[in-house]
Formats: sequence, structure tokens, C-alpha cells
Amino acid sequence: MKVRAMTVEPIPARAEAIADGDDLVVTLGGDWRITGPLPVWRKVRGDRAPCAVRLRTDGLGRWDSSLVRFVHEIGRWCGEAKAACDMAALPETVRRLIGQLEQAEAQSLPADHSQDFLTTVGLAATDVSRQIREFANFVGECTLSAVNLIRRPDRFRWRDCLSEMQQCGAMAVPIVSLSSFLVGLTLAYTGAIILRQFGGDIWVADIVGLSTLREMGAVMTGVVLAGRTGAAFAAQLGNMKANEEIDALETLGIAPVNFLVLPRLVALTLMTPLLTMYANCLGILGGMVVSSTVLSIPPSAYWIETQANIGLSDVSVSLIKSIIFGMLIAVAGCLRGLQAERSAAGVGRAATSAVVTSILLLIVADAIFAVLFNVLGI
Amino acid sequence: MNERPPTTVKASAPGDPPAIEVEDLECRYGDTVVLTGVSFAVRAGELFFVIGGSGCGKSTLLRHLVGLQKPARGTVRYSGEDFTAGDLAGRRNLLKTFGVLYQNAALWSSMTLRENVALPLEEYTALNRREREEIVTLKLAQVGLAGYEEFFPSELSGGMRKRAGLARALALDPRIVFFDEPSAGLDPVTSRKLDDLVLQIRETLGTTMVIVSHELASIFALADRVIMLDHDARGIIAEGRPRDLATANDDPRVREFLTRGEGKA
Repeated sequence: MKVRAMTVEPIPARAEAIADGDDLVVTLGGDWRITGPLPVWRKVRGDRAPCAVRLRTDGLGRWDSSLVRFVHEIGRWCGEAKAACDMAALPETVRRLIGQLEQAEAQSLPADHSQDFLTTVGLAATDVSRQIREFANFVGECTLSAVNLIRRPDRFRWRDCLSEMQQCGAMAVPIVSLSSFLVGLTLAYTGAIILRQFGGDIWVADIVGLSTLREMGAVMTGVVLAGRTGAAFAAQLGNMKANEEIDALETLGIAPVNFLVLPRLVALTLMTPLLTMYANCLGILGGMVVSSTVLSIPPSAYWIETQANIGLSDVSVSLIKSIIFGMLIAVAGCLRGLQAERSAAGVGRAATSAVVTSILLLIVADAIFAVLFNVLGI
Repeated sequence: MNERPPTTVKASAPGDPPAIEVEDLECRYGDTVVLTGVSFAVRAGELFFVIGGSGCGKSTLLRHLVGLQKPARGTVRYSGEDFTAGDLAGRRNLLKTFGVLYQNAALWSSMTLRENVALPLEEYTALNRREREEIVTLKLAQVGLAGYEEFFPSELSGGMRKRAGLARALALDPRIVFFDEPSAGLDPVTSRKLDDLVLQIRETLGTTMVIVSHELASIFALADRVIMLDHDARGIIAEGRPRDLATANDDPRVREFLTRGEGKA
């Protein structure tokens, strides 16, 4: 049902210019709606260059900012063309609003968000050192908080910790299964390209087993958790900060690290090794599927070969890595969340930065492990 | 100062439909009926307040008026045009004739004030970039924020954010502006300044204002007319000028609300 009860349809805004000697008389009329069709000064004026512009109104109906802007443009043109501009015939409110607009244009507060090259480099350098300091501080706080946990385990938020374990552990099983199975599968295919040429198909089992246990299992699980859980931690804490929930904790004398960070840190540090062990098994299974279907190696032979070449040291390498990866992801996610700016955009940036930081830390840690294990001969 | 005749003359012309007309509106969340049988009309150019205690459905009513929620029953008409039953294009046409100032200003935090105010202009007008910027400058000057174009919302105080939100709501020179608790979170002086701004804009542009509030000072200073909602009645329990309601209304709930409990019979 559409009742067009507005009996008077709006009359389109119009501006007509008539030359009067050296002057130009501009008559304004009709309803001026900013969302409707509007006259354009350049076209109204044409290529005339009058000494003065006189504004008149004739049948001017409803008007809004569009009229103010139009007259302001005429005034500006007159200023540039050194022509006189007579606005006396316009409604007083229009003239007052034009005065307000002119005043506002002259006023500009310094809010320059751009920087020159040297400033940018300098700021980036100080920012890096500040970030390292903040990260070290945060790790220190988490350590103190963990010591407190050992001393007073009854004060720990076990319920939060358990629900986080479910969120970042059990709920991550499907995606970890898929990604690690597919990585095992890919490793087997890649290994087979070379090994087949020497008739050493069976060694695919060693390649898949070793690289899954020593590298891919922990790294793939880490990357998945960084994207899934690290970002979630940052977004959650960032949103809490924007809502002043973190301030509310602090004014109650509760350290956000004890209350919010430690349960998440403990949860992820416990769940990452479990998920990694599971990912290792699925990676080996992926290799086995390729070997038995494409390379015609029976699963039993594959299994015996894997068992023969993989030792407890490989399993512990995977375990140690995954514990450290879990800690790093939790620390990076929570830190970025607590550092977030108090706005929707800030929360978004915190989540992005949590993923980037986690993955960066993960790769750096992985490289350090590679050197360390090599030196130790593990 | 009322020499801005077109709007006001039209507003009082007999035969013109009211700016807003609500008929037998029912608002519900799932099975919970929040408001039922709500009917009222707002004249063009009127400063109309929706008042009531916390949880009485003031904000729910506002959400239904601006189309954020669909009514379970009843109609909302703007200048005689049906808003609730309209198709998407019709709704868009009506949407550009009103502005909304949200409780927390709801400025888009990743955009500067200039971009915030310019977005409705980009969406609904044929103005070019320079013309849009002039309108933005004018709107920010009207709310007393001249020169703050390049600031981000996070760089402003609460009162300034509210005023910037109002500049955005006014960007398309709407016929109606809705306010959700404009004084919430503001100090008395800032809140008073916002009230003055509301009056000034009504006088300059003849805008109809619908204000949801429980701030007594603002209600008495600004309101031409109020409706009072009640949680238990699930509807309007009083309608009229605030001063009349405070002194001469038979309903003790109304008198109590408007006198902060001191006028209890």
C-alpha cells in the first residue's frame, strides 16, 4: 500500500542566469533536496564573465545544505573572478550557514597522519624495540603467574582452562586431521618421485615418518593453531578490552594475566603436544595410503620400515617442539589481544597481528631447534 | 528564530499527513511481547520524546521505527508512506529521509570524521568529491566540530563523538532525526550543549526530532510532546506535554517518573 499523501510533489531545484548589462542575475527557485537533481554552477554561468553576480529568489520552496553549498560555490567563483557578489536577497539562514561554512573552511586542526620517510623508519625502529620489551615483560608476567599457579593451584581458573582446552584442542581435531593427513600424502608422493628411480620405494616410509615426526607434524599443527586459536585469543581479549572488561578486572585488583592469560596458556600448552602426536599418526597414515595404493607396498611392510627407522628421540623432538610452539602461540595471541586498540578496527588488527606474530615466532623457534638438535646430535 | 518558513509552514498546513504515524504496533522478541497496541503520531517539525523507565521498550520502539526490526503487527508511516510494508526500493527511499544518532554514536572507527559524514552523501547523492567535502565541512561546523575532518573517532572525547554522530545523521538533511539516549554517558554541561544543538538544528532546518530518553532535564527543556511507555502495561500509559503530565496526570507512575518519585501521591 502506497499512499502518496504528500499532495505537493517537489518542484526540481532551478537556477537561471540572465545578463543585466555587465551583471549576471541568478534566480534560485524550486525545492532543493541534496538527494535530488541539482543545478551545476558551471553550466548555469556558461562562459559569461560578469563584473557582478546578483542572487534573487523566486518561488524558493524547501531547501537544505545543497542550496547553501551552491551559493557558497557562486561566492567562491566570484572571489576568484574578482566579481562582486550580492546575496542580500537570500534568506537570512542561508547567509548565516554560508558564513559558518566559510569560517569552518578557514579552520583546520593539525591531524596529519602521514609521515616522511625518516620519521617512519625511526618510528618503526623504536616500535620494534618497544615490542621486544613488551613481549619480554609479558613473558615475565606469565612466568610469575605460572609460579603462583604452582604455589596456589586452588586459585587457578580450572573451569576456564577446561573450556579453553575443549575449544583449542578437541574442536581443532577435524582441521588438524585433514591437514596432517594431506601433508603425509604429499610427502609420500614427493619422496616417491626420486626413490622409485632407484627402486627404493620402501624408503618412502622413512621419509614420511622422519619428516612428519621431526618437522611437519609440529609445524603444521602450530600453523593451524596460530590461525585458529591465536587469532581467537587476540579477538576475544581485544573485544574485552574495548568493552572495558579488562579495566574492570584491574580495578578489582585481579591481574588479567592470572585471570585470562594463564588459563589459555596452560590449555594451549597441554593441547598442542596432544594434537601434534595425533597429527604425526595421521601423517604416517597418509604416507601409508599412498604407498599401498600407488607404490604397491603392503601396509605391514610400510609399518615395519617406519618402526625400524624411527626412534624415541624423534618422538621427543616432536613433543618438545610442540610444547614450545603451543606456549608461543598462546603468548602471542594473548599479548596482541591485551595490546589491542579500543575499537572494532583495533580488534581486527590485533587478530591479524596475533597470527603473523605466532607464525613468525614458530618459524624462528623451529630454526633454533634445528640448530640445537644438530649440535646435540639428537 | 523561525524565519525558515517552507518547512514550518508546510508542517502546520492542515491536511498534510503527520511526519510519523504509528498504528497498532506490536513489537516482540520471539514469544515475548515487549510492546503491543502502540499508536501515536508525530507532527512535522515537532520535538517528540519517548520516555519511560529502563526496560520499558523505548529502544525497541526506536529499532522498529527505523526498520532495524520488523514489527509483529501494525504499521509505521512516514508522511503517509507505508514503511513496514514497503519493498526494498521504497524503504531505501524513505531511509534517506531520516537520520539516526545511536547511543554510542556508532561512528565507523576505521574511518575519519570526513569519511564518516561523507558516506551517506556518496551513497545517496550525485555530488562530486569536492562538493561532498563542502557539505561535510558545513555539517561538522553545524555541530561545532569545524576543523576535525581528519580525526579518527578514537581521537575524540565522548561528547565530540556524539556531535560527530549527529553530523553524520544530518548529512542528507533528513526530515526526521532519531536519537537514542543522546545524553547517555555525557556530563550535564555537555549534555546541555547537545540539547541546545538539537534546538538550533530544529530551528535552522525545521527537522522533526524523535528522542528516546529518560533524562528529565532534557525532557523538560526540549520536549513539545512526550509519550511514556511502561513495562507492565506493554504500551503507552501517557501522552502530552511534560509539564502537564508532571502536575496533572492521574497515573501515579507518570507523575512519579517525571518528578523523580517526589510527586508520589
